Amino acid sequence: MVTDSDDHIIRVRGLVTRFGAHTVHDGLDLDVRRGEIIGIVGGSGTGKSVLLRAIVGLLQPQAGKIEVFGESVRDTGVDAYRDLRRRWGVMFQDGALFSSLTVRQNVEAPMREQLDLPDALRETLAGIKVRMVGLPEDAMDKFPSELSGGMRKRAGFARAIALDPAIVFLDEPTAGLDPVGAAAFDTLIKQLQAALGLTVFFVTHDLDSLNAICDRIAVLADRKVLAVGTMDDMMKVDHPWVREYFHGPRARAALASAGKTS
Amino acid sequence: MTTAARLTATDDGLRVAGALTIDAVAALAPAAVAGAVIDVTDMTHMDTAGAWFLIDLQDRAGGAQIVGATPVQTQLIETVRANLAPADAAPPAPDDLTARVSDFGKRVATAGQTAKELLSFLGQVVAAIAGLLWRPRRLRLTSLVHQCQQVGLNAVPIVALMAFLIGVVLAFQGSAQLRQFGAEVFVVDLISISVLRELGILLTAIIVAGRSGSAFTAAIGSMKMREEIDALRTLGLDPIDVLVVPRVLALMLMLPALGFVADLSGLIGGAMMSWIDLGVSPAVFQARLLSNTDVWHFGVGMIKAPFFALIIGIIGCYEGMSVGGDAESLGRLTSTSVVLSIFMVIVMDALFSIFFATVGI
Repeated sequence: MVTDSDDHIIRVRGLVTRFGAHTVHDGLDLDVRRGEIIGIVGGSGTGKSVLLRAIVGLLQPQAGKIEVFGESVRDTGVDAYRDLRRRWGVMFQDGALFSSLTVRQNVEAPMREQLDLPDALRETLAGIKVRMVGLPEDAMDKFPSELSGGMRKRAGFARAIALDPAIVFLDEPTAGLDPVGAAAFDTLIKQLQAALGLTVFFVTHDLDSLNAICDRIAVLADRKVLAVGTMDDMMKVDHPWVREYFHGPRARAALASAGKTS
Repeated sequence: MTTAARLTATDDGLRVAGALTIDAVAALAPAAVAGAVIDVTDMTHMDTAGAWFLIDLQDRAGGAQIVGATPVQTQLIETVRANLAPADAAPPAPDDLTARVSDFGKRVATAGQTAKELLSFLGQVVAAIAGLLWRPRRLRLTSLVHQCQQVGLNAVPIVALMAFLIGVVLAFQGSAQLRQFGAEVFVVDLISISVLRELGILLTAIIVAGRSGSAFTAAIGSMKMREEIDALRTLGLDPIDVLVVPRVLALMLMLPALGFVADLSGLIGGAMMSWIDLGVSPAVFQARLLSNTDVWHFGVGMIKAPFFALIIGIIGCYEGMSVGGDAESLGRLTSTSVVLSIFMVIVMDALFSIFFATVGI
């Protein structure tokens, strides 16, 4: 059991979150293994983004235990939380780039805040990150409002991995991208995950992404994690929503196209 | 965690041991020099910054060999190498003087462009308001009433208090000077003329510019940012009709009313202070006010009010419409809107002074 818990980089136990009378999670448990890409799916309003926000400490759950790297997120002091934050990167739905900074400055921002680096080194490293996510050279000094949606997402991803975090949280990274762009983004995540040894916590609706890059899938329904497992496991789950989701026409199309290409 | 990286010189190069992460790189970077071989067998951990550091070492040593890297580390080094800055990336830094002159030129050109656009915006709004005379049904009455409440009714307390205090200050300062000549009773003329003709309406306009002009810019600007303005256009609605006309009209109706409130409470404040400080009783104050102060002083103030309102409304809405996609431009233009409208109100006031002096009122 000891080795098992060592392997779990994120442990959520008995999580309860509530907004007024509306209960989002009720006794939710989830384990994320080191180095895996875990996809979180669920219908709208099942609290996927809320779960992400609770894990990174952006909102205070009513009850439950959340451990990241074996440390409790809720009970850490200011300094410990600061250290913890250095070891994860978060990418929000639309990139959430700072609109008054250029792309390069956005990627430099976490380095500037967390580390004391010489300017030249910081610029070089930020430049590498921006190129790594596949943004063209001339995007470097543009402001977020001058970028397309897909480019903003890439820039948001570059900022999330600026400090080489151990965990990257991605909130619907491929939503709103065209299929080609979404597939390219999936490949990018997979590549960087392999190169940097990332653990990826991946909130998505996109069946193609789930199928293409996720090691495991966790389904949120009925205020709990209903099932965790591979795509094959998901096909066997007997729950109306899960069945609808993984056996619906879109799912069949996604699986069929994946079968054709591989 | 793991120990930070150490560099040790070997016979044919350099040995890297420990965790070569971003913190270690910052400390090591300037000093390190490699030989022919960089041995990373004992390196426990490496991140992107570490990979860049190794490549940089390698390049500075003229192509040293990296040995002992695990496949994962090799892959990361190659990924980083593929994403280094292209050699010709550095843009030529522009000459300092040239940059300044061109910057100045750009500013002048931008100011000219803004003036032109502002004028054309004024034209559009005036045309839209004039169009209402033919088709009054196009007026958004609910919106107009709402704006009247926002810019007019809700501003009454602050405007009244401000004017009251101005009246008090005028009476107090005026009496100190006039007493030297034994001409205390002229404090009534001092207060009534300055409040009715200038201060009442000018200070009200300045408060309204700070209060409502900024609110117009912020409200329209954030709608612009969230593409609500574009949504209106696609629905076939003219944002000038829907957003700008009710605001400008509300301001033009309400600023004279607020000015009247300011005049009244300014006179009350002045009268009160005159009574306390100089012993000029309210009855004397009233009699002197009615006999000595021409009604045109009040008229001059009121005539100016709708023009000030037009300036504040047009500038507030125009700046809101020019907000771009970023949060910073919203803040910048909101402050521009307030500064520019106050400045233009004072310029207008000066022009009115000349005009009224010429026609002899």
